[in-house]
Order: sequence, then C-alpha cells, then structure tokens
Amino acid sequence: MNAVKLLALVPIIGIFVGAIFFNRVTPIVLGMPFLLFWLVMCTVLSSPIMWIVFKFDPNRKEDELL
Amino acid sequence: MNIALVIIFIVLVLAILLGIQAKKGKDMNLEQWSVGGRGFGTIFVFLLMAGEIYTTFTFLGGSGWAYGKGGPTYYIISYSAVAYIMSYFLLPRIWKYAKKHNLLSQSDFFVQKYNSPYLGVFVSLIGIVGMVPYFITQLKGLGLIVSQASYGSISPTFAIWIGAIAVTIYVMVSGIHGSAWTAVVKDILILAVVLFLGIYLPIHYYGGLGSMFEAIHAKDANFLALPATGQSPSWFISTVLLTAFGFYMWPHTFGSTYTAKNANTFRRNAIIMPLYSLVLLFVFFVGFAAILQVPGLTGSDTDLALLKISIATFDPWVIGIIGSAGVLTALVPGSLILMSSATLLSKNIFKVIKPTATNKQIEKIAKYMVPVVALVTVYYTINGGETIVALLLMGYSLVTQLFPALLFSLMKNNFVTKYGAFAGMATGVATVAYVTIANKSVGSLLPFLPQVIKDLNVGIVALIVNLFFLVIVSILTRSISVSKQTAVHLEK
Repeated sequence: MNAVKLLALVPIIGIFVGAIFFNRVTPIVLGMPFLLFWLVMCTVLSSPIMWIVFKFDPNRKEDELL
Repeated sequence: MNIALVIIFIVLVLAILLGIQAKKGKDMNLEQWSVGGRGFGTIFVFLLMAGEIYTTFTFLGGSGWAYGKGGPTYYIISYSAVAYIMSYFLLPRIWKYAKKHNLLSQSDFFVQKYNSPYLGVFVSLIGIVGMVPYFITQLKGLGLIVSQASYGSISPTFAIWIGAIAVTIYVMVSGIHGSAWTAVVKDILILAVVLFLGIYLPIHYYGGLGSMFEAIHAKDANFLALPATGQSPSWFISTVLLTAFGFYMWPHTFGSTYTAKNANTFRRNAIIMPLYSLVLLFVFFVGFAAILQVPGLTGSDTDLALLKISIATFDPWVIGIIGSAGVLTALVPGSLILMSSATLLSKNIFKVIKPTATNKQIEKIAKYMVPVVALVTVYYTINGGETIVALLLMGYSLVTQLFPALLFSLMKNNFVTKYGAFAGMATGVATVAYVTIANKSVGSLLPFLPQVIKDLNVGIVALIVNLFFLVIVSILTRSISVSKQTAVHLEK
C-alpha cells in the first residue's frame, strides 16, 4: 500500500465532516446552499486527487501493457 | 399525435436501429453478447457505467426528491463520489480476476472465488430479485414520461409495452453492444437537456441560482439543510456509505465492468466520473425551481416535478426532446438488466441444474430468457401493487448484502469460507426482507438508543448481521474447507 493512496480518503472524510459540521444553508456560495456547496467541492476535489493517486500508482504501468 | 410524441417516437426508432446495427460483423456468442468480448475502450465503459447514475430514477426521482425533501437529496451526489473513489481500488481487481478466469457474470465471480456453483445460484437469485424491481421503476418512469409528454393522449401502459418491446428486440440481437450504442445517444441527449433545464429554469423564474435558493430559504429556513432528526447527518452518512457499498453490487453494473479492455480504464474513469456526476446537480436545480412554480405535488406525485415545470414553461417540441431523453434513460439500464438476468438464469442457474448443457444451448437459453424476463417485468409494472413498492425499497439493500463476501474475496488471505459467505448473505437478505416488510427503522427496533443511532439507515443493521454470521460460520467451518482453500490459493 503506498501512502499516496491515503489521499483518496480526504474527499470521503470531507463529505462526512461536512454533513456533521456544515449542515447549514447560509452563506450561499456560488449560488448554492452552504452544505450543497461543500459537498460539491468535495466531489470536484476528488477528481484531481484520484489523478495524483493514479500518477503514483505502481500498478499503472504494468496494467497498461495487458 | 402532437409534435412531442412524434419526436419521442423518432428517437425511439433511432435507438432501436442503432442498437440493432451494433451487432454488425460480430459473431454473437455469449462472451460477445454479455461482455462485448472484453474489448470496450474507456469511452464505452464510461458510458455504460455512467448509465448507472443517469437512470429514470435520477431524472425523475432526483428532481422529485429536491422538490419534496430538499437537503437530504444531496446524498445522491455524495454517494456517487464515494463510490467512484472506491471503484478505483475495487474494479481493476475484479476485472483482472474476471479476465483471467473468463467470467461472464457477477455470479461467476463468486463461483470461482468460493469454489461453489451453489453459492452462484444463490447470488443469482439475490441479483434477480433485486434487479427486476429496479427495471420496474425504470418502466414506470418511462410510462410517466410518455403519458405526460403526450399531454395524456397515450396511456402509461401502452408506453410501457412499447418501451419493453424496443429494449427486448435490441438486447436479443446485439446484447451489450446495443446497450453501449444507445448509451451514446442517451448521454448526449440527457446532458443537453439537464444542463439546459438546470441553468435556464432558475434564471427564467428567479433571476439566478442564488436568488432561487434564497427564495426557498425565505419560505422554509431548514428545507435546504439536513433536518435535526429523521434524515439527519447520521442518516446521511450511513446512507452514503451503504449506497456506495451497493453501487457496484448490481449484477448488471458488476457485469459491465467485464467489458473493459484494460484495468486502467477504471482508474481513468474514477478521475472523470466525479465531475461528470455533477450533472446531477442540474437535475436537483430543476426540482428546486419547481417548488415555488408548480406547488402542491405530494407523495409519489413529486416525481412529476421536472415534467410539470417543463410543460408549464416550454413548447411541445421541447417537451418532446425532454421526453426522449427520459425514455432513453429507462432503456439503457433496462437493457443491461435484461441481459444480466438472462445470463444469470441461463449460465448460473440452468447450467448448474443441468450440467450436461452445451455452450450453444446456454447461449440460446440466455437469449430466449430476454423476452421472458421482459414480460414478467411488464406484468408487475402494470399490475404490481403495494408489494412492488416494498420490493423496490429492498432491491438496493439486497444486492448490498453481496459486498462483504466480495470484499474479503479480494484480500490476499481470505478467511471466509463458502459456508460463511452463504450464511452472511442469507442472514443479511433475511434481515433486509424483515425490516422492509415490517417497515422497521433502527429507532423502532432499538428504541432505547440515542437519536444519532436511531437515525442510521436501517440497512446498516442487515450488514452487521451479515458480517457477524459470515465471520462466525467461517471460523466454525474453517477446518472443513481449509484444505480446499489452500488448493484454491495455490491456483491463484
């Protein structure tokens, strides 16, 4: 298990933390209620995070050849 | 015949033709038919997997939840994000194992891992009992869409028949190749429709997204957040987790992972999918926009929110395009479900009962099972009463019971025996059935617990029961199967 993979936990924890601590409507950010904005941000963030995990994935190269 | 209907029928005919032509030049053996010869690149796999989140349920149900429930709707984008992150680690392993052993169905996976064809029969039965109600919701949605878009001139029943026949034809001819091609049209249409509606409606009616949410907030201060009890934060977290666990446990979703050419396909998908899934946000915006514009929908009528506000806003030809997108969102998952159930019935149930059956026979039976499953589904869609509603609620929880045995089977040293896997699934499924039919919640089962725990999704209880029996029975039966297990491990 390489440590970079732990990054994948960040958005998941973000979602759970958000539901508990940011369960509020205001302030409205980017047109969205705050909780929705927070959850959307976690989702958006998961994309570059998984990209980083992919870049450092030791299995990536060998699987490309299959 | 109004213009909306004409457009829906043209799109439907195009989808059938496209589905049929997908067969061209391919010898349709079972491997081509059910897993596309394991030759699909990133885009097709992406679209098949994306088909899973843009179903009629999300199209009508997502906007309906936003309209009727508000804040709790956010769980839909959150669980798909969690599911995609999990998929990065889960799917490449499943795919590699499936490729190595030439697996065609989800049950094949369990048969191979636990070295038990009977476990395969059991997994198939759980899958079919879970999938058929799922298909019923898709057909119900299709019926609603067409009858609304025809301004009442076509009955839902007639629309359901047409939809079921269309999907049966192209599944029988082209198998998963047909689903992949219709998925292309579906995703282009649905993207266009959802983005347009989700951007246009808030601006048109409220002057913008922010002012729309402010207007809703002014009317009901808590509607756009999670309530303090019921669908509270603890409900939210437990539901996101449970649904993410179940996400890839549907036989048709699990099976469509086999179509990929390369394990990295799933890793790339895990990077793009979260962004793509945000299109769902725009579905929610439509539902939110409808709250103050078409008020008064309650109960299951909230599912009509998207269609009602569209009909109130646009000309019939726009309704035709929205309706077509809606119809396709039912057909793509519908076709995958038909194909998976037919493959399970033939390969994982019939073949076990009659081991002498040849591959050609299995192939034939799989194809003949397609209209059979379609007919049963149409029958229940049209005649189903209260029991169907219970089944629908159960479907997702049922397939989630396969998750523990799957997860352990991916580990290097799997301590779970086939008896343990069976015991876990059986007790989990029984708990789901009891809890759903008796309409229990964690609160009613264990009333002495604090509210935070009472609000947990009741599916958690079934999963804990499942895990408990899986572990206990595995330990008790370890000695019986330890010699077999090592043999299997050496083989891997």
